[in-house]
Amino acid sequence: MAKKKADPMPAAQPSGDASAQRDDNREMLRSMLLQRRFEERTAEAYAIGKIGGFCHLYIGQEAVATGAIHALQQGDYVMTAYREHAHALQCGMDPGSIMAELYGKATGCSKGKGGSMHMFSAERNYLGGHGIVGGQIPLALGVAWKIKYRGEQRVMQVYMGEAAVNQGAFHESLNMAALWKLPLVLIVENNRFGMGTAWERASSLYDIAQKASAYAMPSAVADGMDPLDMYRVTKEAADRARSGEGPTLIEARTYRFVGHSMSDPVSGVYRTKEDVEREKLKDPIRIYADFLAKQGILSQEELEKMDAEVREISEKAAQFAEDSPDPEVGELYKDVYAQEDVNGRLYFDMRNR
Amino acid sequence: MAVITYREALNQALAEEMERDPDVFLMGEEVGVYNGAYKVSKGLLDRFGEMRVVDTPITELGFTGLGVGAAMTGLRPVIEFMTYNFSLLALDQVVHSAAKLLSMSGGQFKIPITFRGPTGAALQLAAQHSQALEAMYAHFPGMKIVVPGTPADAKGLLKAAIRDDDPVAVFEGEMLYNLKGEVPEDDDFVIPLGVAEVKREGRDVSIITHGKMVHVALQAAAQLEKDGVSAEVLDLRSLRPLDVDAILATVAKTNRVVLVEEGWAFGGITATVAALIQEEAFDHLDAPILRVTQADVPMPYAKGLEKAAKPSVELVVEKVNRVLYR
Repeated sequence: MAKKKADPMPAAQPSGDASAQRDDNREMLRSMLLQRRFEERTAEAYAIGKIGGFCHLYIGQEAVATGAIHALQQGDYVMTAYREHAHALQCGMDPGSIMAELYGKATGCSKGKGGSMHMFSAERNYLGGHGIVGGQIPLALGVAWKIKYRGEQRVMQVYMGEAAVNQGAFHESLNMAALWKLPLVLIVENNRFGMGTAWERASSLYDIAQKASAYAMPSAVADGMDPLDMYRVTKEAADRARSGEGPTLIEARTYRFVGHSMSDPVSGVYRTKEDVEREKLKDPIRIYADFLAKQGILSQEELEKMDAEVREISEKAAQFAEDSPDPEVGELYKDVYAQEDVNGRLYFDMRNR
Repeated sequence: MAVITYREALNQALAEEMERDPDVFLMGEEVGVYNGAYKVSKGLLDRFGEMRVVDTPITELGFTGLGVGAAMTGLRPVIEFMTYNFSLLALDQVVHSAAKLLSMSGGQFKIPITFRGPTGAALQLAAQHSQALEAMYAHFPGMKIVVPGTPADAKGLLKAAIRDDDPVAVFEGEMLYNLKGEVPEDDDFVIPLGVAEVKREGRDVSIITHGKMVHVALQAAAQLEKDGVSAEVLDLRSLRPLDVDAILATVAKTNRVVLVEEGWAFGGITATVAALIQEEAFDHLDAPILRVTQADVPMPYAKGLEKAAKPSVELVVEKVNRVLYR
């Protein structure tokens, strides 16, 4: 994939003064750096057994969520699958609450009940964190339905891996979203591998954006290694959704530099070390930082300062998680139902515990 | 009180709740223009419009997930399954999303959704259209399950389900839609979830059941009465929450139990209730607990075979006689 150099990001405000543009660019780079350092810290904690379960890192894909979520407005919603730490951070959730959730602590964003794959923040309109491939897509359809039902000026943005687009849930949702012109932006993070199966070995159609045409839905391919391209394409889709013109399917072509999950080596069975090293030449953070340096937006010195700052945030998040209490065992029966148990009837086993 | 059908009672419940709360909407296959495959939603499209009575494509997984997502962000959807058989296509959304989102999010997202539709065998619909699947739904913590057996229960329980802040699956007896009964007209007639009802008082044996089988149990009880046996019929009405107190009370009263369900025995509701009784009321039992369920086979089409596979009045009478050592 040839690296297309986007123009500097169109201004967030249409009036577009140069300083706002400069701030947005710096902010996006900082977000990407934070995601990278946060996840590197996560990997360390995982390696020494502080974090359990499945843990899917986003390293290499940072440009996708960063550019796309940057294109949203206050009140818009975001939902994704299980490779979700970056999206949670990008939605403005406290890094400490995210790390504490990874540690399974009471202070975690889901109180230790969700873990890596199930992070939520009602306050930030971050709707999770879903563990079944493609299962979140109909949920996002429902949120888009709610927006239309209530006549709100909001957008629902949902992420999925490329493997999800072969699920029935994807096709059923696209059909209804287009049929009812729902304000939905679907972003396929095509990192080229569904776990260990290369996309070309899993799909009869290589070009994911084409799938939208089966539902008379607009689509676009975005450079998922370039936050500016992600921003541009997503902004256009979000504007279209907000003005009542319906959903858009975006294929973001990206690559994950790490294994499918922490249990999976970076390279080996399904791709070679050389493959990964070659792709790493397109590291979205390094390329974007170089670009901003050339534009005079961010100096090397400022970059180093920024990097030190996000490392510090990640370290503090880990320390917060470390220092936080485990959930009380008494919390076990909490939040399974919206109401407390009635006379031992709601939970079948409670009389025997 | 007006005498109306089970179908009309459900229709009243839907209309009243939609009138009361603008966040309530009905979605499913054929619920609108066609007025419902079983006419439960008759007239609702005309009354509430197409944003609130929504015809969907035949895509159970998709529209069920849509309902869950809408519920996650504040609406109160009622999702109609044309029959619960088709809901198996949507089970991922019910089990992985509806039942678990509150817990997985640490209490941040309530899912006030109602699933409803007909269940159980009708007449010669064969294996894929004749299943009572409530035991499967009841398996999942986070779900609530009600199975109304009468028109009044249908109205009161559906209204309670719609008002409840958790996902509730309402299983309507496919053969009950034309059943008539007295139904309160009060807008606030709600039957709380988790409250069983003694449908017939008795001294000698307890027949514990739910849904369509309530009527099989009542017929069996009437027949047994002619032989001098006084059978109590307890209608569970709600499977989750389960009215454990009512179950233990009837066992303590009669000391003998026959459990009846339309679904299969393996992992069934009756299996669960039997385990509960032996754990908590063993000393009250004067005989082993016996069960009447569907034969452990896919439902056959042929009339005679279908009859042989279904729980019957005769089987209930026979099992009652056995627990009475008669």
